[in-house]
Amino acid sequence: MSGFFINLVEVTAATVLDVLPIAIILFVFQALVIRRKPAKLKRVLIGFVYVLMGLSLFLVGLQEALFPIGKSMAEMLTNPEFLNIEAGSPVRWQDYIWVYVFAAAIGFATTVAEPSLIAVSLKAQEVSGGSLRAFELRIAVAIGVAFGVSIGAFRIVSGTPLPYYIMAGYGLVICQTFLASKPIIPLAYDSGGVTTSTVTVPVVAALGLGLATSIPGRSPLLDGFGLIAFASVFPIVSVLGYDMLISWLRGKNQSSSKKINKELNS
Amino acid sequence: MNKSVQGFLKLITDALRDLAPIIIVIAFFQIVVLQQPFPNIGGILVGLACVVLGLALFVQGLEMGLFPIGEAMATAMTRKGSLFGLLSFAFLLGFGTTVAEPALIAVAAEAADIAGQSGALANTIEAKANYAFGLRMTVALSVGAALVLGVYRIVAGWPIQYFIIGGYILVVVITFFAPPEIIGIAYDSGGVTTSTITVPLVTALGVGLAATIKGRNPLLDGFGLIAFASLTPIIFVLIFGMVA
Repeated sequence: MSGFFINLVEVTAATVLDVLPIAIILFVFQALVIRRKPAKLKRVLIGFVYVLMGLSLFLVGLQEALFPIGKSMAEMLTNPEFLNIEAGSPVRWQDYIWVYVFAAAIGFATTVAEPSLIAVSLKAQEVSGGSLRAFELRIAVAIGVAFGVSIGAFRIVSGTPLPYYIMAGYGLVICQTFLASKPIIPLAYDSGGVTTSTVTVPVVAALGLGLATSIPGRSPLLDGFGLIAFASVFPIVSVLGYDMLISWLRGKNQSSSKKINKELNS
Repeated sequence: MNKSVQGFLKLITDALRDLAPIIIVIAFFQIVVLQQPFPNIGGILVGLACVVLGLALFVQGLEMGLFPIGEAMATAMTRKGSLFGLLSFAFLLGFGTTVAEPALIAVAAEAADIAGQSGALANTIEAKANYAFGLRMTVALSVGAALVLGVYRIVAGWPIQYFIIGGYILVVVITFFAPPEIIGIAYDSGGVTTSTITVPLVTALGVGLAATIKGRNPLLDGFGLIAFASLTPIIFVLIFGMVA
């Protein structure tokens, strides 16, 4: 238990150090450029304390409860013994089905809990006047991450080059950009950057490292990277896809209601 | 008082809902797939309680502190009409929050290790430290530059897709010339630059700007800063790998 408190103090100190540059920049600009006391200063300061305390507790809790078990899980699932693979036999991607399932499930689950994604989706809901639902947006992003991390795991197992996958992802995003409705585009691009932070990176990185270490012929340094890249490109695809799906459903509804109106009128 | 207690209870239940998928996934794999017992179940429960409480506090603080201050800065700068002040704020915010980012420090050190082993770099501690430091500075500068460009885009009202598509094409072209060992790190570096505290602040800044400047739409113009901050590091790290 005392280890827990030592950890809490350490994490809080690290979070404070993280916030410090931001606080200094904000303070300098308030004092030198804007030269006015910000409105509701006390409330803002309390808000900052909440953010600090909240993030510290969040991180300590993750370190105590989830990261160790998530990481050991990633190691066990990539272990040839668990996968019933004989030593020296050639790598077959089919043997790693549980790895892909785990990659998708953990990618989805960690993204739903990602605080920066919560922040962006709340703002999007507020700005859109509620027509974009924060929770639906997060689910769309999480599906993208699930798909991305799973394909990324397949790439490490199969040993195929990373750039082709990412380029295919980019190509898809470019095509979708021309088809999706305009207001979703900036938000979709943003969602690629926010998916991978506090919760997702440690677990996903452990998975990549575990895979690259246990598969013969893969180097952890060279092949262990790239999963984060998958988790940043595919959410853009899924959010744009979510928008296209909604427009399509809406169009279908409208045309069917038009039909009904027509029938009623005739 | 009663209302704020109710509000906080709502945050706690939201946090529980957000964490439910992780708990289900871990429990399923531990019990059904791996068939292992849970080690130290008491510690796990205490940890989970911390995570739930922490997430609820974070969201509360977001609405009270980070969002309002980001929007207030945007409004105040626009009223002053100081484009230079705004752009230098954007640069410092990008540079300052990235340069000390722990995830970036870790990635830079690993990249230096790879360069040392592949023979692209003298395999000494000093050479590697220099390389890691250069990489960190490169990424931090690129995030600063990204926010400057992104904020200017909001002010000018340029559509975002041309920048992003242009950026993608640039990434693809440079990939063919960059050393293979840097590519994975470069692609990953886009994801590690934006920390949990920077994201809400930068988002509020963009939305605040778009809401204050006449003729801008918060949804169309306000978002997109994070996208810039995650694309430029890829380009800069690839170039760094070619030059260094």
